[in-house]
Amino acid sequence: MSDSDSNTVDKKRRRMLIGATAAVGAVGTAGFAAPLLISWMPSARAKAAGAPVEVNISKIEPGQLVRVIWRGKPVWFIRRSEETLANLPSNNSLLADPDSSVEAQQPSYAKNLNRSIKPEVLVLIGICTHLGCSPTYRPELAPADMGPDWKGGFYCPCHGSRFDMAGRVFKNVPAPTNLVVPPYYFKTDDIVLVGQDGGAA
Amino acid sequence: MAAKEKSELNGVLGWVDERFPLMETWKAHMSEYYAPKNFNVWYYFGVLAMLVLVIQIVSGIFLTMHYKPDTELAFTSVEYIMRDVPGGWFIRYMHATGASAFFIVVYFHMFRGLMYGSYKGKRELIWLIGMVIYLALMAEAFMGYLLPWGQMSFWGAQVIINLFNTIPFVGEGLSLWIRGDFVISDPTLNRLFAFHVAAVPLILVALVFVHIVALHAVGSNNPDGVEIKKLKNEKGIPLDGIPFHPYYTVHDIPAIVVFLMVFFSIIFFAPEMGGYFLEYANFEPANPLKTPEHIAPVWYFTPFYTVLRAVTLSPFMGTLAMFGAIIMLFLLPWLDRNPIKSWRYRNTAHMLNLAIFAAVFIILGYLGVKAVTPEFKEMGVRMTEIYFMFFAVIFVHSNSTKPGRYLVWFVILAAAVFLIDFIRYNPEDSISAGQIMWQWVWPIGYLALTLLLPYFMKGCNAEKEVPERVTS
Repeated sequence: MSDSDSNTVDKKRRRMLIGATAAVGAVGTAGFAAPLLISWMPSARAKAAGAPVEVNISKIEPGQLVRVIWRGKPVWFIRRSEETLANLPSNNSLLADPDSSVEAQQPSYAKNLNRSIKPEVLVLIGICTHLGCSPTYRPELAPADMGPDWKGGFYCPCHGSRFDMAGRVFKNVPAPTNLVVPPYYFKTDDIVLVGQDGGAA
Repeated sequence: MAAKEKSELNGVLGWVDERFPLMETWKAHMSEYYAPKNFNVWYYFGVLAMLVLVIQIVSGIFLTMHYKPDTELAFTSVEYIMRDVPGGWFIRYMHATGASAFFIVVYFHMFRGLMYGSYKGKRELIWLIGMVIYLALMAEAFMGYLLPWGQMSFWGAQVIINLFNTIPFVGEGLSLWIRGDFVISDPTLNRLFAFHVAAVPLILVALVFVHIVALHAVGSNNPDGVEIKKLKNEKGIPLDGIPFHPYYTVHDIPAIVVFLMVFFSIIFFAPEMGGYFLEYANFEPANPLKTPEHIAPVWYFTPFYTVLRAVTLSPFMGTLAMFGAIIMLFLLPWLDRNPIKSWRYRNTAHMLNLAIFAAVFIILGYLGVKAVTPEFKEMGVRMTEIYFMFFAVIFVHSNSTKPGRYLVWFVILAAAVFLIDFIRYNPEDSISAGQIMWQWVWPIGYLALTLLLPYFMKGCNAEKEVPERVTS
């Protein structure tokens, strides 16, 4: 290197070196950040805890709600009375999705008025489709706080969403869609398996 | 900052001062930092916020020595602190009451900024840093509330983390990543613990530091909104300034004493504050199968919670409205362009605007702890409308010389209110429709007071002359 070179600044060369250093630094930072960020994903142990659950429904009385836990979420079993089933169509005009047309909310075998395989047995994931609270079961007819048109259903205490006795959501509430029906099938008349479709077993 | 050859101090301090800018820092921020001499009671809340931060850090460190961040052990470890650890109840109540006290002083501190226009005159950055502190504080409070693993901890976290779920496309993956599991469980508790005790406190302390550095660079505002640095004596000291130490350090001591009297009265006599500081449902261990009958967040989140409940268009819109309510506060320095800082010299309409905004914030908070009835639901929508219109009105008030604009904006905003009513109106839902039909008086009344009043009554639009020097 001659004397004249050492006294002048080669700006182009300097810019190139700054750029190259920054680029290598950015790659290094990304490499450092990646394991930290992926460490937040569900661990192998968390992924393993998702097995189907078997439930005996023979002891459920008409109108009674039984909760079981599946994949850490509450699943409800309700045996509905004839009267409850007969009341379902009268809610239709007040509902956001009376015909269960949002595909993701139920398996195809539960896409009917009762949203169930057997009309009287309702199986639902008991998690509000708004922000994930577990709604309260309000089966009574026209209680004071729910208004005179109430024909039984579910009320979410967190943000006031309402669902009818088939888990269908009312209009003008925060929840956008009906409650989710999980995949399930009847192993026998009394034994229900939650977490698998009939065909897959 | 260069180390001095020979310090004016003797002994050990002199030795340090020759190797570290000790006197220089002391002078710049304490003995030769000139603060306006007319600070009133509203100026106590900044120092009180720093006091609460210290209380929270110290009590928090000691709680960490006994607490266990494990879903199997967390609830019982908190009970163990309350019953078996000597003095544990005192440390824990101090930390829990401190959380609420933090928000009380911060809300007063923020309203002080609104009244006296403390975000103006190169103080925008101070306001922005302060808003980031407020956000960090909310995150810190939320994560701390999860740790006892009670019913409210669990279901509160369920709702907050599911807010991310409402984001289109990436939401599901994002909330899964935050939880580290398909439901709120052990990994979630563990990571929020790490954030609560290490990451966020570090960020908070750093932010408070730069908040004060920025404040001391520009200089403090005051109740008159007068820039004291404009008039200086021959030594370059502001005529209306007094050294922070000893004047304001001593001046703050009585306020600290009064604050601590109230603070410890709460700890000793009403640590749960009737269920507002510590909610009763949280004395039950978390149960993923059952949401408590009545669920509401802690009081300091309830205004934003009501906004979330009020917007039912779609869950994502609700989430956006809730975060938007906070984001709007960030923008204040660029919305309020009126050169007059203090509300003392602004028109009556501006004073009404600020007073109503404070009242609406309190009403939103009240509605957030109440169950949703048709009446309260509609009121939540109306108060949310006023909350957001406040930012438009404060923008319109930037220029009082063209009152014709008040009328134009009244028509625009009133039309927006009625358009939203028209979309929401459903005659089949007679109860809600009935509520819509009378509660429109709240937003329209608000617009009438802040825009029509100064348009029709000249006296309510008159701004006063800002004095050269501070008063009293």
